Amino acid sequence: MTAVTDVAPAAAPKGVGGIGQSVRDSLVVARRNLIRMTRIPEMIIFGLIQPIMFVVLFSYVFGGSMNVGGTTDSAVYREFLMAGIFAQTVTFATAGAGAGIADDMHKGLIDRFRSLPMARGAVLTGRTLADLVQTALTLLVLAVVALLVGWRTHTSLGEVLGAFALLLLLGYAFTWIGALIGLSVRTPEAATSGGLIWLFPVTFVSNAFVDSGQMTPWLRHIADWNPFSATVQASRELFGNPGVVDSSAWPMQHPVWASLIWSVLIIAVFRTLAVRKYRNATA
Amino acid sequence: MPGAIYAEGLVKTFGDVRALDGVDLDVPEGTVLGLLGPNGAGKTTAVRCLTTLLQPDSGKAVVAGIDVLKHPNEVRRSIGLSGQFAAVDEYLTGRENLQMVGQLYQMRAKAAKARAAELLERFNLTDAADRPAKTYSGGMRRRLDLAAALVVSPPVMFMDEPTTGLDPRNRQALWEVIKELVSGGTTLLLTTQYLEEADHLAHDICVVDHGRVIARGTADHLKAQTGGERVEVVVHEPEEITPAGEVLRGFGKGEVTAETHTRKLTVPVTGGAKLLAEIIRELDTRGIAIDDIGLRRPTLDDVFISLTGHAAEDAAADNGVDGAQGRVQKADKAKKEAVK
Repeated sequence: MTAVTDVAPAAAPKGVGGIGQSVRDSLVVARRNLIRMTRIPEMIIFGLIQPIMFVVLFSYVFGGSMNVGGTTDSAVYREFLMAGIFAQTVTFATAGAGAGIADDMHKGLIDRFRSLPMARGAVLTGRTLADLVQTALTLLVLAVVALLVGWRTHTSLGEVLGAFALLLLLGYAFTWIGALIGLSVRTPEAATSGGLIWLFPVTFVSNAFVDSGQMTPWLRHIADWNPFSATVQASRELFGNPGVVDSSAWPMQHPVWASLIWSVLIIAVFRTLAVRKYRNATA
Repeated sequence: MPGAIYAEGLVKTFGDVRALDGVDLDVPEGTVLGLLGPNGAGKTTAVRCLTTLLQPDSGKAVVAGIDVLKHPNEVRRSIGLSGQFAAVDEYLTGRENLQMVGQLYQMRAKAAKARAAELLERFNLTDAADRPAKTYSGGMRRRLDLAAALVVSPPVMFMDEPTTGLDPRNRQALWEVIKELVSGGTTLLLTTQYLEEADHLAHDICVVDHGRVIARGTADHLKAQTGGERVEVVVHEPEEITPAGEVLRGFGKGEVTAETHTRKLTVPVTGGAKLLAEIIRELDTRGIAIDDIGLRRPTLDDVFISLTGHAAEDAAADNGVDGAQGRVQKADKAKKEAVK
């Protein structure tokens, strides 16, 4: 056989490589995932029913017995509750992302993606962006239901939208944790359960459903520093809803900043880990 | 000049299993190499290494003149891959699938759309173009997968068992597409378990077993290596086996073998058709009635058995290390089937 000389690759076509390509490829993959969602509408429907159920159950079952801000008035609890339910909803969507990615990884399509000259992180970024769209839709429907059961905001439109932006950012950040779980397990079923288990302590050891000020000190400490609590606290503040935790912990004092910092930090860490895992998945 | 696909000493291990154990390949531009071997021989691993899906432990690979290990993303622009399992999104329509692949090959949306329509037409999928791929038959999915691999008309194509699981009619149709492709100048590496397929499509054949290339050459070359031609005679009556055997011994170049229950006698010969005529005359002179007579050249199946000591089909089942990987692959297949 003839000796092989290393031939330099041809120059990349114009506009290929870099952040521009990353964004374009991610949007192409996001479009693919959004089309899939419209073809499997039952997934969207179930995604909507669950949080609506939570709103109704928590409002009417716990409503009269919860002490928030020194009152057990169920109308007060309902206003208090919504920021928690919103935050829980955006985080629970992450299990779906994990399952979707685990499912993709075990199909031939992933070989197709990996053999294409596309940006490496685009398969995951596209998926998380599509999930973000779905989460936004769920949040919109949930807000309407919340208004129907008596939830009201008492601030400017800008502040209300700001709260929703923070909630979506938290959801997007948690999606990357779900993505990493999806890449680490063998089956979509494992990704669903694995993607949910850790969410229970995260959402319950927080200020989402109860006044964390009444917890035992060590638990209260965890709740105060829980990234999830920061977003809930920030949303309550921006909605002008009751039950804002009075705590000396920094994230509770500056919830908007804390929520932003936590979310960006989670994205930075888990996106890096997930993309690395994806690259090495079958290599 | 090295070929459009070139590999030197490729090694890839999975735990204790050496899936590739020093594979060398050289496929000249515009030709087809058939990688022939049983389940677990290392065919798929070789394709995965050459298409940047797997990182070999050692060795060198150059595809379309580009070093696969050093510049994987540049290689990806020049190759098309069609795998064992139709790699399409089943919830997307055929058109959406092709458009997506085109865009991920960095085509503009408009160009990708036009190319998708062109390919759907060429692969006879226009009627089904706007139905989700999960409604497609196996043959249609495979055509869609192949179309996806051809979106940018890559100069180098890899097809991993393209016709596995297809019915004869669809297999034939796919063969025609492949031939057309190659006549257009595409270099193709094709893996197959079907000896007939390699014989039919490939210019050169590499027989792989246990991660090694155990023989290479043209189909004719390999057949000649196994041994020459032989004459087979089926006599009408069992008692004619002995006299017929005497006749054949006179013409043959080796030992005559006879099977009593099928009344078939076989003898290696040289001399071809002319000799066959002489044998028929001699049998006729002695009044031996025959049901069938023929000159047989070895098939690639014979080649495989003589090279590996086992037939292609049951290779994975009956030997140690290879068998273990064969089982892994089977389990994988079962899993993938279940997901569908």
